[in-house]
Amino acid sequence: MSHSIYEGGLRSWITTVDHKRIGVMYFVAAGVFFFIGGVEALLIRLQLGSPESTLISSDLYSQLFTMHGTTMVFLVVMPLGSAFFNFLIPLQIGARDVAFPRLNAFSFWIFLFAGLFLNSSFLFGGAPDAGWFGYANLTSTQYSAGIRIDFWVLGLSLLGVSSIASALNFIVTIINLRAPGMRLMRMPPFTWMTLITSFLMILAFPTITIGLVMLLFDRNFGTNFFNPAAGGDVLLWQHLFWIFGHPEVYILILPAFGVISEVIPTFSRKTLYGYPFIIYSGILIAFLGFGVWAHHMFAVGLGPIANSVFSAATMLIAIPTGVKIFNWIATMWGGRLRLDTPLYFAIGFITLFIIGGLSGVMHSSPPTDLQQTDTYFVVAHFHYVLFGGTVFALFAGLYYWIPKVTGRLLHEGLGKLHFWMMFISFNVTFFPMHYLGMHGMPRRTFTYLPGLGFDLMNLVSTAGSLVLGASMLVFVWNLMRSLRRGPPAGRNPWGAATLEWTLTSPPPHYNFRTIPEVRARDPLWREDGVELGPEDSTVPEPVMPSPSAWPIMLALGPVIAATGTLVSSLPMALAGLAVLVASIYGWAFQPLER
Amino acid sequence: MDMHPTTTGVPNRKVLMWTFIGSECMLFGTLIASYLAYRGRSVVGPYPEELVNIPFITVTTFVLLMSSLAMVLALSAVQRGDRRGTIIWLAATAVLGLIFLGGQYLEFSHFVHEGLGLSRNLFSATFYLLTGTHGAHVLIGVIWLSSLLGMELRGNLGAEKAEIVEVAGLYWHFVDVVWIVLFTVIYLLV
Repeated sequence: MSHSIYEGGLRSWITTVDHKRIGVMYFVAAGVFFFIGGVEALLIRLQLGSPESTLISSDLYSQLFTMHGTTMVFLVVMPLGSAFFNFLIPLQIGARDVAFPRLNAFSFWIFLFAGLFLNSSFLFGGAPDAGWFGYANLTSTQYSAGIRIDFWVLGLSLLGVSSIASALNFIVTIINLRAPGMRLMRMPPFTWMTLITSFLMILAFPTITIGLVMLLFDRNFGTNFFNPAAGGDVLLWQHLFWIFGHPEVYILILPAFGVISEVIPTFSRKTLYGYPFIIYSGILIAFLGFGVWAHHMFAVGLGPIANSVFSAATMLIAIPTGVKIFNWIATMWGGRLRLDTPLYFAIGFITLFIIGGLSGVMHSSPPTDLQQTDTYFVVAHFHYVLFGGTVFALFAGLYYWIPKVTGRLLHEGLGKLHFWMMFISFNVTFFPMHYLGMHGMPRRTFTYLPGLGFDLMNLVSTAGSLVLGASMLVFVWNLMRSLRRGPPAGRNPWGAATLEWTLTSPPPHYNFRTIPEVRARDPLWREDGVELGPEDSTVPEPVMPSPSAWPIMLALGPVIAATGTLVSSLPMALAGLAVLVASIYGWAFQPLER
Repeated sequence: MDMHPTTTGVPNRKVLMWTFIGSECMLFGTLIASYLAYRGRSVVGPYPEELVNIPFITVTTFVLLMSSLAMVLALSAVQRGDRRGTIIWLAATAVLGLIFLGGQYLEFSHFVHEGLGLSRNLFSATFYLLTGTHGAHVLIGVIWLSSLLGMELRGNLGAEKAEIVEVAGLYWHFVDVVWIVLFTVIYLLV
């Protein structure tokens, strides 16, 4: 009987290279940042609950909405996605770990340090305050003196390193570490979406990296990339940001699509309808996602030809997305539904994502968008797709897979309470924003005048947001209760089809004692779908990679260098570089297994 | 690692390097696109046509190309188990890379001397960022190759040395190909 995979003190967690532990760490960190980002949101809503409120100054408000957006995108949704990728991918493909376990740990640590770095700005002169999109030349030293924007630039750069490293790892893992017989078109949809998302990450992040470097140079070394007086173009920033930024939103949603594509079949007790279409549409969305970025720029004056091209491409993307929705509904149709919490969240996802998608398609027309852009209509849209979409889907995934992670079931009643509280309050919070936007309430402003017709809807939205925040506590309570006294989950509490459900909950540290041989999609639902080998001591225990301190050491290097850059200390920057280089050599000369 | 062989038959490190190269294509692509977007838009000089020394850069380009040849020969030596050849050609690759970098340093010094500091104009910003990023990649490659050389001299490059040198070679050739594009875009299209 293998020891509990979560046993061990702080040192064992700091040096772990086990993908399951790393997944848990991503989840916990994302949870803490979700709380921080949520508090930021609640403060925003409290400020906007009444006209001309003096609760929050305009300066603090700018910091709050900037950090709320930056936190939710980069420190919550992406790491939560990583938590899922980390825990599940090796299990779903029949592998014992990812291709590069130490690189995996490194990705986590540099994400964590970057998140702490970014949030420490509140204590050192104020948080970034130019929006999560940092438009030039508001971000120039002329209009943003001090180091707030440098915190943002450096923090995001570090996060980019984490994401690219992680994506590279998962690409190699999914391509190269599949169990015998696990052909690409037999892979679970979640694995497929992870592969597609990873390609998006390695191809999109470099563009924002360059933009961030240019901004850093403009702010610190006197260059003129975004300085109109020297011939620079502020639009260059927007192009670079959105060439990254649009694929980024697909990076945020595709894993959610993957989760839904597993939850719905399991809880319909029916195979996913149109599996190839789900896969191909995912690939098409990723591909097209690189061609629509300027729909974020319809109001900047690109001209009718550019606007039309991007408008057409944006409308096209609705097609593969719609295909997925039809496939999910067709999967449920005629199925024997298990009305458990994961399915509630999945159906909630479909409903809310459709609403968000409809407002999105409304933006795809430039004339319409000229009315909607920079208003609360856009805020409504992206919260419906990102929160109503991704967050609801990830909760479906959490309720589905947490029993596999912890070995204990969550409480169904509390789960459904969480769902209804969250679903209703989410709509109360965000639906009025469609109305507010249509009636001209601008976004990114810290207050509004009374008597413009905004007062009641803002108050309603704020009330909703407080209940929405409270609903999260129900989940946390459920999780804590389950860890203490939840009933044992067993291997496959949901009767699901994929390989992770063949193992104990939680799985042994080596995952599969014998690598399975896969013969079909949905292996557990097919006669002879998989051949599982012995789990007992007739097979020697697999040798796994040893823990290592180099990943966390290597993560420290860039963070020290970033801090040195932030405070203009060349010695500190060079010290960070030295830690980086020394750690690379230490890592390279340390064998993986000892 | 205690795992079954790779699904594609291609070693993990090689798949990693190819995928990384894909990412780097976007990195350099963004830099090149930005350079092209800002071409001819500097408000003050010095301007590229006044500064570039095409014969000089042709020589350094040739040096970098020859370094790729040396890299190919180094890999061939490793695969044949030719220790002496490995050492000579790894050293040659690194030295040629260093000569290229020396040429870059001389060119930058000349440009600065002529008044093109980093913050001078759009040409300075985009030129130094683009070629500087490339130069940093060459430098990292030189350090990597020198480390492999050192390990081979001490006899501990290990059983997977052919794979490791091949992966370093992939990186090196990529950096060279990027230079071909840069040479064309910056110098030939001036």
